[in-house]
Amino acid sequence: MSKRIDINRIKDNLFRYVGIGCTLFGLLMLGFFLYSVLREGLPRLNAQFFSSLPSRKPEEAGILIPLFGTIWVMVLTSLISIPLGVASGIYLEEYGKKNRLASLIEINITNLAGVPSIIYGLLALEIFVRILGLGKSLLSGSLTLALLILPIIIVATREALKAVPKTIREASFALGATKWQTTWFQVLPASAGGIVTGVILAISRAIGETAPLIVIGAMLYITTLPSSPMDDFSVLPIQIFNWLSRPQKGFIINATAAIIVLLAITFILNGIAIYLRNRWQKKVKW
Amino acid sequence: MVTDMTTHKLDAQNVNVYYDQAHVIRDVSLTIEANTVTAFIGPSGCGKSTFLRLINRMNDYIDGFRKTGTILIDGEDIYDKKVRVEELRKKIGMVFQKPNPFPKSIYENVIYGLRIQGINKKSILDETVERSLRRAAIWDEVKDNLNKSALSLSGGQQQRICIARTLAVEPSIVLMDEPASALDPISTAKIEELIHELKSQYTIIIVTHNMQQAGRVSDKVAFFYIGELIEYSATKEIFINPKKELTQNYITGRFG
Repeated sequence: MSKRIDINRIKDNLFRYVGIGCTLFGLLMLGFFLYSVLREGLPRLNAQFFSSLPSRKPEEAGILIPLFGTIWVMVLTSLISIPLGVASGIYLEEYGKKNRLASLIEINITNLAGVPSIIYGLLALEIFVRILGLGKSLLSGSLTLALLILPIIIVATREALKAVPKTIREASFALGATKWQTTWFQVLPASAGGIVTGVILAISRAIGETAPLIVIGAMLYITTLPSSPMDDFSVLPIQIFNWLSRPQKGFIINATAAIIVLLAITFILNGIAIYLRNRWQKKVKW
Repeated sequence: MVTDMTTHKLDAQNVNVYYDQAHVIRDVSLTIEANTVTAFIGPSGCGKSTFLRLINRMNDYIDGFRKTGTILIDGEDIYDKKVRVEELRKKIGMVFQKPNPFPKSIYENVIYGLRIQGINKKSILDETVERSLRRAAIWDEVKDNLNKSALSLSGGQQQRICIARTLAVEPSIVLMDEPASALDPISTAKIEELIHELKSQYTIIIVTHNMQQAGRVSDKVAFFYIGELIEYSATKEIFINPKKELTQNYITGRFG
């Protein structure tokens, strides 16, 4: 009798160790990656690196242009994708009828989230760059990335709205509130944590994208800072890609240093997302 | 008009409700007088909650909902195309089964109905908060903590906040959907006492599963069974001398 229990206990422990192993594998890989990147790139992070234009000599080159490009893209992409995505999410969840068309739209949005990013690049090349004539501008790039993360924002918004209990909406309606008032005064504040978290994670995904921007032609040698959305641009991941394809060792080091900067931006964004989520979760308990 | 309809607070004639194919209210007609408490009783799924929610049109959002017949309130057809449902719901308040305060302060909860009407004058809001909380018999318990989250209160207190919130918009009818079913006996007693006091100013319609509660708080009782209104008469009458065997069986607990 006790033998059987022993066997079960061994199995239980076995899984525990296998589980720890699986978890550690990912952590170890990340740790190794961070270590090698930091070791190579950290010494290169000085004022000159942040303030210099591109150059043929690795020790004179810097990330000023792509860093500003990334910030521009981040802002423009947010301005385009947040209103569109959040409004779509609200419409689908709060207003749209739950019929066959709705489920068709739902399936398609989920599918869109899984489309390879390079396909978005091709689409953008055709629509934004050629048909709309926006060229290889910041605006084209931001529109492309906005399109790319739109499904993520829509899905995150819908999930956050779904988590708000129906009873809250009923209470608001019963007091004479319209659908919009109910959404604005009750549902959105209660789901803001989830929406903001989703949006930030989507943006941090967008600034790491390279492929679609290369497709629309953003891989350029630029020596002036963009001053309007119609200007040519470069972004950090493209600069990294560019440097990595050079033979000189100095450019590889530059690339690793730029990776650190990109990672730092991503980690900061994710950190903000986690902080906001925790704060909002504490505030609203059903 | 043959009869003087304006004497009735509520006048429902031949009301049928369908959810897609399901026929959930079957040809129900009843009238309710002002400043009375009417209890809707019946087993689960008998249509009493559906009928209650017809009165402030809370069923409108349910997919597949369809209704025939008329419901008049103060002589006016509430399903008429000209009626704005938001205006209607200001006249007809509703208290729900589970206390559902907003995740905001007590103060903000009570004034929500005024805020959405665009009333922002502090003196009016302050006055409304005190008046409503007093009427809902919870002023003394919360007057020093109006900025505390309503979610930090006990279930019974939350439900009285919800009642105060409903009263703040000055409705003439208050619908209560099993308002005490999620509460302990002491909180239940408080709510029942409150219903008694509110009767002088409001017409109250309450759905309840609790026979004793129906007996204690109501003037008239409507017994629903599988979508039909089986019997509707004065509370005493229905408990002492029910006319239908079905009613008799239900109130004596033989089914339900």
